[in-house]
Amino acid sequence: MYTIERKTIVETIKDMFIDSAYHLGEDFVNKLKSSQEKESNQLGKSILSKIIENQEIAKNNNIPLCQDTGVAVVMLEIGRELIFDYDLEEAINAGVRRGYMDGYLRKSMVKHPINRINTLDNSPAVIHYEFVAGHQLTIHAAPKGGGSENMSRLKMLTPGEGEQGIIDFVIETVKLAGGKACPPLIVGVGIGGNFEKAALIAKKAIFRKINDQAENEVDQLLEEKLLKEINHLNVGPMGLGGETTALAVKVNSYPCHIASLPVAVNLQCHSARKSEVILDGKKIENSN
Amino acid sequence: MEKKLKTPIDDHTRESLIAGEEVLISGYIYTGRDAAHKLMVESIIKGEKLPFNVDQQVIYYVGPTPAKPNQVIGACGPTSSYRMDAFSPTLMKKGLKVMIGKGPRSKEFIEQLKKQKAVYLLAIGGLGAKLSQTVKENKVIAYPHLQSEAVRQLYVEDFPAIVAIDSKGNSVF
Ligand code: SF4
Repeated sequence: MYTIERKTIVETIKDMFIDSAYHLGEDFVNKLKSSQEKESNQLGKSILSKIIENQEIAKNNNIPLCQDTGVAVVMLEIGRELIFDYDLEEAINAGVRRGYMDGYLRKSMVKHPINRINTLDNSPAVIHYEFVAGHQLTIHAAPKGGGSENMSRLKMLTPGEGEQGIIDFVIETVKLAGGKACPPLIVGVGIGGNFEKAALIAKKAIFRKINDQAENEVDQLLEEKLLKEINHLNVGPMGLGGETTALAVKVNSYPCHIASLPVAVNLQCHSARKSEVILDGKKIENSN
Repeated sequence: MEKKLKTPIDDHTRESLIAGEEVLISGYIYTGRDAAHKLMVESIIKGEKLPFNVDQQVIYYVGPTPAKPNQVIGACGPTSSYRMDAFSPTLMKKGLKVMIGKGPRSKEFIEQLKKQKAVYLLAIGGLGAKLSQTVKENKVIAYPHLQSEAVRQLYVEDFPAIVAIDSKGNSVF
């Protein structure tokens, strides 16, 4: 069996949130740059250059890209040969706390949705666990902003509504969001599963690499179709017009009930901050 | 080219702004978002004094990240304005003339804006780092307990914004 020390988890999570709050991924920045060159709406073009300039200033001066440093979302892929003899969730939250304090990030979490008293350290994180083969731990972390999260939607369609129903719902969601979700967007779409599964795979979709493709052909074609239609809506950068409404559409699907067609749309704004780290488990002596 | 504006913005300049124009703002502006708006409007209803005289002033909807020891302010991009729609008309009646935030506004907001010949400017969402470079002074002047939502007086130089709704009610949305 293998393990990873608590202090490694805490340090890694801390660094991941600080790093992702200050830097955008290179692939994502290149995507922004190529869409800025193509954008024909003058105001849209000007906004895109300011977004590109913003990430350079953030990187060079260590200033968060956006003041909304979000809810801390953590997705774990846990190798089956790993064991943890401490509270893993507590370690992750300790890392989040340290990251938001040491990184001068904004604390946006309240203790209760009705009483709304700030937790003052941005904990707790929203954590998802999954088991995979091997003895590595893959951590995905993202500070997810409130603006784009608030514009995300879920609907239980009937199977008869089919692919067109899905397309209509996604398009309607992007239109309703307009400038409020801070486009250009990454549109995460989850279809199938049930109520909570659709939402989870939609969230996972926005964690995918910006230039990858869906696993199967049906989802790939849907991604292409949706991206084309979304960029014809003339929502544009910050909702002021133009063809750069989405930089990518990511569709994830899952088997579902004969009576259901759940669809969830999770929107990611242009401050698409995320980080991925793979930790190797250390072999525990006297174990097999 | 962007039009340069100096705060407080005089009536003539403000009324000549046209929806869609890009502007650069310099001078003192005040910050406030959800919680501060609620407190200010409650003060007005109770007949109490406001933390600053809003007459002819500019309010920017922002809750910055904490400043590091060597910084004036942390990241400070705009928050969504629609949540302030319920409060802004009361402040406009007290003379507030310029509001800066992101996203569209309600019909009631626009009606009052036209009546008061006020303007609504759009700052680009997610430009936290870039906008922080335009802030030269940052002082908390009220509600320090609200942390990032406290009311601050900022001195800005060439803060970029877009005229979203002009004093005649023309809108970019
Ligand atoms: S939606 Fe994204 S870019 Fe816009 S303010 Fe929120 S976190 Fe920042």
